[in-house]
Amino acid sequence: MRRFLRPGHDPVRERLKRDLFQFNKTVEHGFPHQPSAVGYSPFLRLMAIGTRSGAIKLYGAPGVEFMGLHEENNTVMQIHFIPDQCQLVTLLDDNSLHLWSLKQHGGTSELLEEHRFTLKGPPGSPPSATQVTAVLSHSSRDVLYLGTESGNIFVVELPLFRVLEDRTITLEAVLQRIPEDNCNRRSCELVEALREHPKNPDQILIGYSRGLIVLWDLQNNKATHHFLGSQQLENLYWQRDGSKFISCHYDGSYTQWPVSSDSRQPEPLENTVPYGPFPCKAISKIYWQTTKNGLPYIIFQGGMPRASYGDRHSISVIHGSQQTAFDFTSRVIDFFIIFSSDPAAEFDDPSALVVLAEEELVVIDLKSAGWPAVHPPYLASLHCSAITCSHHVSNIPLKLWERIISAGSKQNIHYSSMPWPIDGGTNIAPDPPQRDLLLTGHEDGTVRFWDASGVCLHLLYKLSTVRVFLTDADPNDNMNTLGEDEWPPLRKVGTFDPYSDDPRLGIQKIYLCKYSGYLAVAGTAGQVLVMELNDEDAEHVVDHAEADLLQDQEGYRWKGHEKLKTRDGPVRFEAGFQPFVLVQCQPPAVVTSLALHSEWKLVAFGTSHGFGLFDHQQKRLVFVKCTLHPSDQLALEGPLSRVKSLKKSLRQSFRRIRRSRVSSRKRRGGSGNASEVQEANAKFDQDALQEMELAPVQRKIEARSAEDSFTGFVRTLYFADTFLRDSSRHCPSLWAGTNGGTVYAFCLRVPPAERRMDEPVRAEQAKEIQLMHRAPVVGILVLDGRSTPLPEPLEVAHDLSKSPDMQGSHQLLVVSEEQFKVFTLPKVSSKLKLKLTALEGCRVRKVTVATFGSCKTDDYSENDLAVLTNLGDIQIISLPFLKLQIRYPCIRKEDVSGIASCVFTKCGQGFYLISPSEFERFSLSTKWLVEPRCIVDVPEVTSNNHVHKSGTENAARKSSPGDCGEDERKSGRLMEHALLNDEKVLKEIQSTLEGGR
Amino acid sequence: EFRRFSLERSKPGKFEEFYGLLQHVHKIPNVDVLVGYTDIHGDLLPINNDDNYHKAVSTANPLLRIFIQRKEDADYSAFGTDTMTRKKNVLSNVLRPDNHKKKPHIVISMPQDFRPVSSIIDVDILPETHRRVRLYKYGTDKPLGFYIRDGSSVRVTPHGLEKVPGIFISRLVPGGLAQSTGLLAVNDEVLEVNGIEVSGKSLDQVTDMMIANSRNLIITVRPANQRNNVVRNSRTSGSSGQSTESSLPSSTPNILGNLLQGEEESDEEDIIIEDSGEPRQIPKAAPTSESIESLSQIELLHESTQNGFLPSSEMNLNHSAGSISMEYEVPEPGPKSLEEDGTIITL
Repeated sequence: MRRFLRPGHDPVRERLKRDLFQFNKTVEHGFPHQPSAVGYSPFLRLMAIGTRSGAIKLYGAPGVEFMGLHEENNTVMQIHFIPDQCQLVTLLDDNSLHLWSLKQHGGTSELLEEHRFTLKGPPGSPPSATQVTAVLSHSSRDVLYLGTESGNIFVVELPLFRVLEDRTITLEAVLQRIPEDNCNRRSCELVEALREHPKNPDQILIGYSRGLIVLWDLQNNKATHHFLGSQQLENLYWQRDGSKFISCHYDGSYTQWPVSSDSRQPEPLENTVPYGPFPCKAISKIYWQTTKNGLPYIIFQGGMPRASYGDRHSISVIHGSQQTAFDFTSRVIDFFIIFSSDPAAEFDDPSALVVLAEEELVVIDLKSAGWPAVHPPYLASLHCSAITCSHHVSNIPLKLWERIISAGSKQNIHYSSMPWPIDGGTNIAPDPPQRDLLLTGHEDGTVRFWDASGVCLHLLYKLSTVRVFLTDADPNDNMNTLGEDEWPPLRKVGTFDPYSDDPRLGIQKIYLCKYSGYLAVAGTAGQVLVMELNDEDAEHVVDHAEADLLQDQEGYRWKGHEKLKTRDGPVRFEAGFQPFVLVQCQPPAVVTSLALHSEWKLVAFGTSHGFGLFDHQQKRLVFVKCTLHPSDQLALEGPLSRVKSLKKSLRQSFRRIRRSRVSSRKRRGGSGNASEVQEANAKFDQDALQEMELAPVQRKIEARSAEDSFTGFVRTLYFADTFLRDSSRHCPSLWAGTNGGTVYAFCLRVPPAERRMDEPVRAEQAKEIQLMHRAPVVGILVLDGRSTPLPEPLEVAHDLSKSPDMQGSHQLLVVSEEQFKVFTLPKVSSKLKLKLTALEGCRVRKVTVATFGSCKTDDYSENDLAVLTNLGDIQIISLPFLKLQIRYPCIRKEDVSGIASCVFTKCGQGFYLISPSEFERFSLSTKWLVEPRCIVDVPEVTSNNHVHKSGTENAARKSSPGDCGEDERKSGRLMEHALLNDEKVLKEIQSTLEGGR
Repeated sequence: EFRRFSLERSKPGKFEEFYGLLQHVHKIPNVDVLVGYTDIHGDLLPINNDDNYHKAVSTANPLLRIFIQRKEDADYSAFGTDTMTRKKNVLSNVLRPDNHKKKPHIVISMPQDFRPVSSIIDVDILPETHRRVRLYKYGTDKPLGFYIRDGSSVRVTPHGLEKVPGIFISRLVPGGLAQSTGLLAVNDEVLEVNGIEVSGKSLDQVTDMMIANSRNLIITVRPANQRNNVVRNSRTSGSSGQSTESSLPSSTPNILGNLLQGEEESDEEDIIIEDSGEPRQIPKAAPTSESIESLSQIELLHESTQNGFLPSSEMNLNHSAGSISMEYEVPEPGPKSLEEDGTIITL
């Protein structure tokens, strides 16, 4: 019987499915989570960023991106490019070294791990003997000098990491060659820095942590000079001509040293504490850059006065009389300077300072006056204020696109006009097929508009809703609070600012009409703003209305936050989206759903109490509908009661943790009456165990009833022009779905355009559907006579969609968290359904209609539902027959915030947050795929013939899907085949089993 | 008083006609009566709808003995299994002894007047150590009333005994449906929910599945207490003996024999209110031609599993129960099957 009910796979459809669907994670947008190291190759003009999870990402010109992942998932401590090679070496915190190569393959470059190596000391030596602290990749390209904690410097040959034992520079050897009186501090001197002489590759500068600096001659294996610093050494840097070097120290000072042939033990030229005289923090890294005009740039990290500015994360730039301490909002991981890399050039002539901070990348233009920041084309800090929601709009008309860009460019005037200085590699990906916008709403009340068309997620424009409201904080008070003559000359840079003045400003829902430029945003305190794009600055009054969603409910008290106070009188808005209507829901609960119909000029909004419809043309509230169940106290009282219970559970879990800590402490500290303590512990453990057994994690099994809380929570709103009352006349309608499985349909009467301002919009409830399974309604959709979803408002007017079929009968698709159901219209009878939760135990989290095109034939495309479940699976379900097409695991089910953040596009792509600062982009389509395809050319390919076969194969397996598209995709397809075959086999087995009956 | 008359076995007609015929033969046109017959096991079973009427006619060998009682002085408790011949009964093994046995004289109404709250199903196709319990949330206000938890159970695998994670019943709420049936107990391991195996699924997934199926929950458990298991060789006795003739081979115990019926019965009806009028059940759209074929197939199946009343055939009973308890129009079985078609394809 099952065989009968489950019709065999139609081979034609199966083939078509392979042409339509394919799952790829294509690229990670945003800023890497927890970066730990940065490296730069002036030769390739590529930057590498390593993270605490062992990822390594390379960036060059916009669109040039590579990604690799260390198998061990250990923190990347250091990254060093091999001079004049497409290779780099990473040092992880497990003391392993990894050699990565950029290899060309099938027209694109790929980042592959070639070899790995861990330095091993002689048997019996302590691990610190080989703990690598400093790495010098020598300009001879084939050796690495590894400074260690023991003070010894090991030499390994690349690419196989062969240790050249005879070339090891031991601390003893170094100390033998310098006068006796300096040898007393030989203990614990680790190698802090290794620098190659800029002119003479046979000389390297070795800096030991206690202050001793030695210039070592590699040819003769002896120290030519030694320099004695009085302070603990932090770092070293050569002047370009090799006549001087500079050292920086733990006490916040830096020292210049001459290197002359006449003196073997030179005295320092100059010793400066830039932020003295009071005790200062260490200067951990320093650059000395020469310029044509003679005044050098001295750029260093740290060195702030310990007491008053010790908590600042700063990098100071000193150039003659100019001095600025760039002040970062997050910890500085590392920085580098982009300067003239031509060895023949006489001066460094630095052009840019690139700083990797914990939460953002900041690039400072050192050539322009005032040292402005450069707007990065990638690595955007998505989380400069926490992301609260996202909205994706595909295929933006060129006109709107240009207007948004122009509005954004007016905001970016303080940025440098310098072209992006890190420009290695060539982007060979085809131009993105269309212009896509990703809108992110943030906790601080801003909406950011991102160009999501291609590989680089680029900020186009930032909109702030704060101006409409009166908040405690003045928006300008935290910028440059220090006057001009303040010391130290701190200057705030970067955009990362995780502190929100008022959580009520947070953006919860966004809806942009790409044809009209109307934008609706809704926030945490029940505020709904309707905006219009204006190319000029303007000052106007925002019309204000209140929607009392509890109007016929009596005696309830809202215990949540207050509504936001509005500004009286006209408000000045900069060019861009300017609000003209503000609707505030009462009670001011979070807006949970939002819909905008730009043609009818209506905006609908819903909260946990009900929903309302506002006519933004006439600026009149059309109606409100309370969706509350009388017994739903929770929703009425606001979030407080829930907070209380959360607090309680937190308290309990803390108590549990504390208790376990106490017990473990007891166990450790059993010195006196050990047996007694042990006994007590044993008893305690037993008790704890019993307690555990008494209260296991359990789940209540209970049918949902109408009395469950939050049933009135409006989850979805939808406008449709369809047959609501009878099959002869269609009319505008508004649909709303609630958490309790109720669907409300309102019939709207919108006056014709010529009388639009004269007659009111009318609404009348036409239908109310109660799903018996009472699961939250997460999606409502009307399919036209051809079973195609109704087009968006104004889509037909702009000739971008066929007009909907109004001849055939329409169908209503209601998606709840548990089921998909198709009903006929106008008489609601159920036609089809697909149960998800009852059969698989998963629930719908996100659902969108997406268009899938065939990669084989240009003229075939179809609409399907893209569904994300609470288990992180993505399912594609056909329309209108609701058949599961394919399923892909996408997000770990434990990654609740990732699942919650997922947004689908209309073309079968999607985004979800893999960290607070990064979106992973994925594609379900064979046709629309945005992934990096880039090539890094090597000007001169030298000896690259000793590449280990096994090494490359090994690395190819580990490479991530992001960087080697072609191959991966092929193997992905192969896997799919394998799965399909498997399914066939399964079916055969099943049918033979059933055949016996 | 006795009457004897003949019916055409191949065309028994409808129950209504038969009822009319009885009233006519006995000359009691306006008296409500209960009609019963004895089946081959000697049980007195009621005839009150087309299905059991047809069943009765088909069991006539060659005589069909029919008992007619006035409704007002009918002895309801006379119906059911174990009535005509005082044989050892399957049910008393299955149900906890304290449930029904001690109070046989409570007057309960006819099957058409009350609704089942639980049953053990598919006894014939499950291993003896398993029990498939169906809870009917349907219409009652009683909570389902149980909790589940994670745990581990020992399985026999090719590599020997292995500990595998499992889902267990952790608590029964006093007075809840689960407890009142006596069919589920704390520490019973949950193996399937409505025919879907739970192995490999998380506690939350199983919770969601159970809640989604809560209106007609079928749980297959391995009872912690294995002493009350159905004894397989008793299948020849009692009405459940008929089940052995069903087409389901016992070699595939994981296939839920009654899934179809269960699904059909559980098919919750959404309610629509039009223009603020009266709430009404949403009807099914007419079936399309392509589903007709599958329809007949399903009906065939129904017939093969219709046999007596308990425990494996709630079929006819539920039909009648449904039609009376719901004030909504009862959908025809046809489109329902279509719907099942749609659902089960995606299993």
